[in-house]
Amino acid sequence: MSAVTCVDLCKTYRQGEQDIKALDHVSIEIDEGGFVCLSAPSGGGKTTLLNAIGGLDRPDSGEVMINGRRIDNLSKGELAELRLRQIGFVFQAFNLIPVLTARENIEFVMQVQGVPAAERRQRAVEILEEVGLAGLEDRRPADMSGGQQQRVAVARAIVSRPALVLADEPTANLDSKTADGLMELFRELNEHHNTTFVIATHDKRVMSYAKRLVRMLDGRIVDDINQDAA
Amino acid sequence: MNMLAVLFRLAWRNLWRNHRRTLIMLAAITLGVWAMIFMTALMRGMVSQMVADGISALPGHVQVHHPDYRDDPSIANLIPITDTELSARFEDAGFVKWASRVRVPAVITSEYESRGLTLLGIDPDTERDLTFVDYDTVEGRFLNSSDDSGVVIGRKLASTLNTQIGKRIVLMSQDPDNDIADRGFRVVGLFEANVQSFEENYMFAGKATVQKMLRIGDQVSEFVVLGDDYRDVEAEFEKVSQLVDGNVEVKRWFELDPYLGTMLGVMDGFVLVWIVVIFLALSFGLVNTLVMAVFERVREIGLMLALGMKPINILFQIIVESLLLLAIGLAMGSALAWVSVQPIKDGIDVSIVGEGMDMWGMSSVLYPELLLSDVVLANVVVLALGFLASLSPAWRASRYEPIEAITKV
Amino acid sequence: MNLVFRLAWRNLWRHPRRTWLTVGAIMFSNMLLVFMISLQFGMYGLMIDNTLQAFTGHLQIQAPGYIDDQKMRQTVDDVVPLATKLRDYFDSDRIAARATAFALVSSEERSYGTAVIGVEPAFERNVSTLPELVSQGRYLGEQGAAEIVIGAALARNLRVALGDELTLIGSGRDGSFAAAVVNVVGVFESGLADFDRSITEIPLGFFQDVFYMDGSGHHIVINLPLIDDVPVVQEQVEALLAGGQNLVVHDWDALQPGLQQAIKADMSSAFFMYGILVILVAFSVLNTQLMSVLERTHEFGIVMSLGLTPGRLGRLVLLETAILGLLGLLFGALLGALVTYWFSVYGFSYPGMEEMTAKFHLPSRFYPQISIPSLLLGPAVVFMFTILAAVYPALRLRKLHPVEAMRAV
Repeated sequence: MSAVTCVDLCKTYRQGEQDIKALDHVSIEIDEGGFVCLSAPSGGGKTTLLNAIGGLDRPDSGEVMINGRRIDNLSKGELAELRLRQIGFVFQAFNLIPVLTARENIEFVMQVQGVPAAERRQRAVEILEEVGLAGLEDRRPADMSGGQQQRVAVARAIVSRPALVLADEPTANLDSKTADGLMELFRELNEHHNTTFVIATHDKRVMSYAKRLVRMLDGRIVDDINQDAA
Repeated sequence: MNMLAVLFRLAWRNLWRNHRRTLIMLAAITLGVWAMIFMTALMRGMVSQMVADGISALPGHVQVHHPDYRDDPSIANLIPITDTELSARFEDAGFVKWASRVRVPAVITSEYESRGLTLLGIDPDTERDLTFVDYDTVEGRFLNSSDDSGVVIGRKLASTLNTQIGKRIVLMSQDPDNDIADRGFRVVGLFEANVQSFEENYMFAGKATVQKMLRIGDQVSEFVVLGDDYRDVEAEFEKVSQLVDGNVEVKRWFELDPYLGTMLGVMDGFVLVWIVVIFLALSFGLVNTLVMAVFERVREIGLMLALGMKPINILFQIIVESLLLLAIGLAMGSALAWVSVQPIKDGIDVSIVGEGMDMWGMSSVLYPELLLSDVVLANVVVLALGFLASLSPAWRASRYEPIEAITKV
Repeated sequence: MNLVFRLAWRNLWRHPRRTWLTVGAIMFSNMLLVFMISLQFGMYGLMIDNTLQAFTGHLQIQAPGYIDDQKMRQTVDDVVPLATKLRDYFDSDRIAARATAFALVSSEERSYGTAVIGVEPAFERNVSTLPELVSQGRYLGEQGAAEIVIGAALARNLRVALGDELTLIGSGRDGSFAAAVVNVVGVFESGLADFDRSITEIPLGFFQDVFYMDGSGHHIVINLPLIDDVPVVQEQVEALLAGGQNLVVHDWDALQPGLQQAIKADMSSAFFMYGILVILVAFSVLNTQLMSVLERTHEFGIVMSLGLTPGRLGRLVLLETAILGLLGLLFGALLGALVTYWFSVYGFSYPGMEEMTAKFHLPSRFYPQISIPSLLLGPAVVFMFTILAAVYPALRLRKLHPVEAMRAV
């Protein structure tokens, strides 16, 4: 079964006096364990596609299925549940709640999921170790570098072992070395846990890490390249 | 001057950047100002009414008595100057209104009951609009002349005595030799009064008739003068003092009833306190609004400073913003207060707590009194205190270092 | 829940000055409310107590209709035996019989109409403070003696001193002429000239002879230690009287309707003012919380993309507001308690208060006391409105869409 299936998605925005086709009859299938990069110049539709897949935004027409289950017709509450338990998000910036520490940011999500207190703490510390931030649990976002913040965001995204992780330009605010480090982390997690990754980006370095590269232009998929060397 | 115009425009536009916040603050200020003025109008009206009622029960704004009359308001202490003589002097003085009365304690007896009260021997022509009785609302008729042989009593008293118009009553009092002076009268009219106790404690008869009954000849208990404004009776006081001589006492109304006199002063103080309290409640929100506004514009302020604007202009701008906000709120609140006073101009009927109002000395109808001075006071206080409140955030804003401000995240 | 609470707490302190200003507004209003309400409740209580203790008592047994008409022939028959019976039944000495007449009181030189009250000297001091106020001479002695106590003002006006004689003239129970000569044995001073002039007291036995009462009277006055007992005791007395003469039992509110009403009138105006204050504070909270929500739009968007529902976010905002409100409540109540305590030691007074309070038998310096209701009533209402103010910002969150939210700055 595919992790993600999109059939004939359309979405149009009105900007000023123009209609912008963000998604123009887009169909795509992503297997479990996939590591996909969506690339497009700004406004190409990659963020819109990502949002549609993640249940953050409803397409005007077409179907979205996660693990064989249709999500484009779910209620807001059901979508929230979906995002809570099955999908992890990493954004470009401001991922974290500024008044909570790294560990608390992760614990917060688990609390909403209903994980008991003792277990929360332990898992949070473990996951921080996994992303290479051991020892930084009690730091607030303001006291961390951009790269460290992003790692905490990743840790939070994967702490409940979701099937799917969606990242929207995760390296845009990072320097090249840190960006590399983050992408390495993504690949590691993908290999170890078979988590499906879909990453939207226009950074060539990021694209080079992808197993599969999907290019988009003006809301359409123009290229779908298998880069998986292994 | 050009700079001023620019700053004003900036301040105005900045106010509306966050229109939700500004509107909420405006709503609060408007409500606060409305409450200030409306409540004040009601309180003023209450006190004015009380004073007016009190004054109409006491005679007028300035009064003349025998020096011992205040402590012993009886027949023994009549004004030594004759009524005719003093009246002639008063006639030429040009007072708004004046009158002379006989005013002594008496006992009224009907067929069944007797009561003690105060007898007023008056000349109905001069007393019109002076006393608390509205001649037009008297049941039956009021007195016709100073020689009238009828009496007019309060409605409540009539019911207590179980008597009515047309029936006979007997009045008992004493003459200067301490002999009983009594005489039968017919009840010709019943009056109603704002303050309920007046109906039981006062009654009216013709002055000449009373003088004859009490065998006091051409003498009276008091001379009464009414001026234009109870708040300022000095002119009348001076005039009256010059008209009298010998063993008499001239007093202003508030010297005769300390309760009324102090009520005015207390009310003035109270109004000020009320205005300040409301403002204080608003001030927290006001300062908060300014602080937030400044905080949001740190970078912009830093930019302006870097571009060469003087700190004092920043300070000025913030203060202007605050004053503009207050000014709009004041205008709206004042207008709203004026509008809300109109429908109740004819008074709010609170006779449901009438006896209680009586205890405070107030009538059972509340009239609002919107004084320009109160509106001005509210506006001035709010603007002045508002100016003070905005100094702190404005000062801080002007102290920003350009570089720091620009690079603040 | 712990983490959510921690989050709410820390969110409040992102902008400490803003939070403190808002808490300050709540504190200010709470402090004011606690103090004012303590003052009011205390004053009302004292007003009632003092007025009732002065003369009226908590309950009175009278003939039907007497309360309105006060006619001599509306009597309570065998009043002294009945009073004795009640004293035995309740095992209390704070029950006394009285009779009232209006008469002309004459000295050698003057006459005045006043009320003459026949009292049981042994028990009257338990239902009225008048006997304690005797400043010259003594209070009344045995039952039958021809003695009288009068007020100081009346003594001055009648030009009499202790030992002098006075003549009483009035009508008896059956309307016939009643007269007597009495000796002034005591002079009392209440501080209220009107009161002093309008009441005189003679022994009940003597009264009954002079006014042909045939053993009857007009009132049985009952005084209770606690005003809250009035309804219960009233029922008991009514039960006791059932089957005997046709009598009614009036509670103090019926006897002095003005008292409760005066309090109501004062409370209404006070509550209006408090209401305005509370609303203004609510505006402050609304503004702050709205700002706090709006500036976190982006953050809320991210949190929603993690799977949090708007409902949860709304609850977070409500929790933050509740903590804010609680801080204001605690500190404000504390501050209010301190202020009230300070005044309870040093007393509260303002210029002009003396004249106003004298009317209600109140002291001219007041010592407010804190009670649980006065401490919590105001702050509790403020807290309620604080939470209410957060409803709008919380509701706005429901409409939040993650994608749009994240587009916000």
